[in-house]
Amino acid sequence: MLTGLFPHLRKATVALGLLAVLLLLFTLTLADSAWHTGQTHHAANRALVRELGLTDLSLFTEARYTRHPSQTDRHTAFQDHPAALEHFPTGSLMLPPQLKFAP
Amino acid sequence: MRTYFARQHYLIDYALAALLRRKTRNLGLLLVYILLVFLFASVLLLSQGLRREAAILLQDAPEITVQRLVAGRHDLLPIQDLEILRRIRGVGEVRGRLWGYYYDPVAKANYTVMAAPERNLANDRMLIGAALAGVRQLGVGDVLSLRAADGTPALFKVAEILTSTSELLSADLMLVSEAAFRTLFQLPPDRYTDATLTVRNPREANLIAQKISLALPSSRPLLRSEILRTYHAVFDWREGLTFLCLAPLLLAFLVLAWDKAAGLSPEEKREIGILKAMGWETGDILRMKLWESALLSLTAFLVGYLLAWWQVFHNGGRLFAPVLRGWSVLYPDFRLTAAVGLDQILVLLAVTTLPYMIATLIPGWRASITDPDAAMRG
Repeated sequence: MLTGLFPHLRKATVALGLLAVLLLLFTLTLADSAWHTGQTHHAANRALVRELGLTDLSLFTEARYTRHPSQTDRHTAFQDHPAALEHFPTGSLMLPPQLKFAP
Repeated sequence: MRTYFARQHYLIDYALAALLRRKTRNLGLLLVYILLVFLFASVLLLSQGLRREAAILLQDAPEITVQRLVAGRHDLLPIQDLEILRRIRGVGEVRGRLWGYYYDPVAKANYTVMAAPERNLANDRMLIGAALAGVRQLGVGDVLSLRAADGTPALFKVAEILTSTSELLSADLMLVSEAAFRTLFQLPPDRYTDATLTVRNPREANLIAQKISLALPSSRPLLRSEILRTYHAVFDWREGLTFLCLAPLLLAFLVLAWDKAAGLSPEEKREIGILKAMGWETGDILRMKLWESALLSLTAFLVGYLLAWWQVFHNGGRLFAPVLRGWSVLYPDFRLTAAVGLDQILVLLAVTTLPYMIATLIPGWRASITDPDAAMRG
């Protein structure tokens, strides 16, 4: 299409130009990530964690043991009755807490 | 050098013309290729972003959390235990925490209720998370009625809505005063949910946890390093499971690419034979084939990766929200800060582009070493 608009442009020039633009954007995403590493915009959230002594992210709020995975036991997911099966979707997609002093 | 570049330029021209001759087939392949990279890169970037967010936010989590266990279950911690913890050498500040869950039958959601003594809230005031406010359509000044443990209604006026930038931490939070918490859950005044403590020398955290286990045998200390490890493992596991689900797609693509690239059509073989007869060397044909596959696979990789990057870091990763959300009613609306691990991206590049390039080069090489006459006759 571009070669139609600019007849003097060769296909290779257009293709390499597009690839260069894509590579530049790719580099910019890496630079963006590196730039964010040094940012301190998490300060307010970290202060909230310190103030309330928060231990978990509120990502999986469907069950108690998925809301606070770090505070649960390995058997919490099966606690409802003997031989109970774990049935929450999140629970089946996450590992039990990695505890040293775990029961 | 100039001749070298000019030669490559012509080879690219030829490779592009060859790709455009089979426009529909190559365009279809490019679109599938982009979709494949997009899906894998999305999972990779989302897990990386969440891992980094968890690592940054939870580095200020309590150094040690102490829970009391009765018959293997979490129980309330007596106030006397706080004194025992304070007496352990190396322990800094000890705080009793009051927190629990409240199931709201109206929204069919679980809230995390916490006492926030530092906020000096009146007993009928509460602070709520933005997702909770959204689900219950509450604003500052609105009244929320909860059912206390003794069955009586407990009315709370919303004093403030926690900032939406903290939703990853506070989506379902409900902060009340200590007295209101005890009234709501009918909790005795000498009990806490658990205790958090600081350690004077962080390197001794492990040792102090062992001392806690000895001083309070029915308790369980949780270290901050364990919390961080848990989150790292959670996202690693999810990433692995999602990759497993996507594996058939990758295999299907590899079969498609192999079929497309390995089975050179009679016209392509004749084309290579004609090029050889015209004086092209095997090296030139291989270079042309390399350019052909590199242009297609690199374009697909870069477009797929850039789309995934935009989707995860600028569109809130909405595509994968259902996987994270499960059956949750409250789900935080969060923006992850861009986190890209170059090593993982390079692995993704290798996994998605190398097989295709090899699958294109080998049949090209086979056709180019056969006699031009035989190749032209098919």
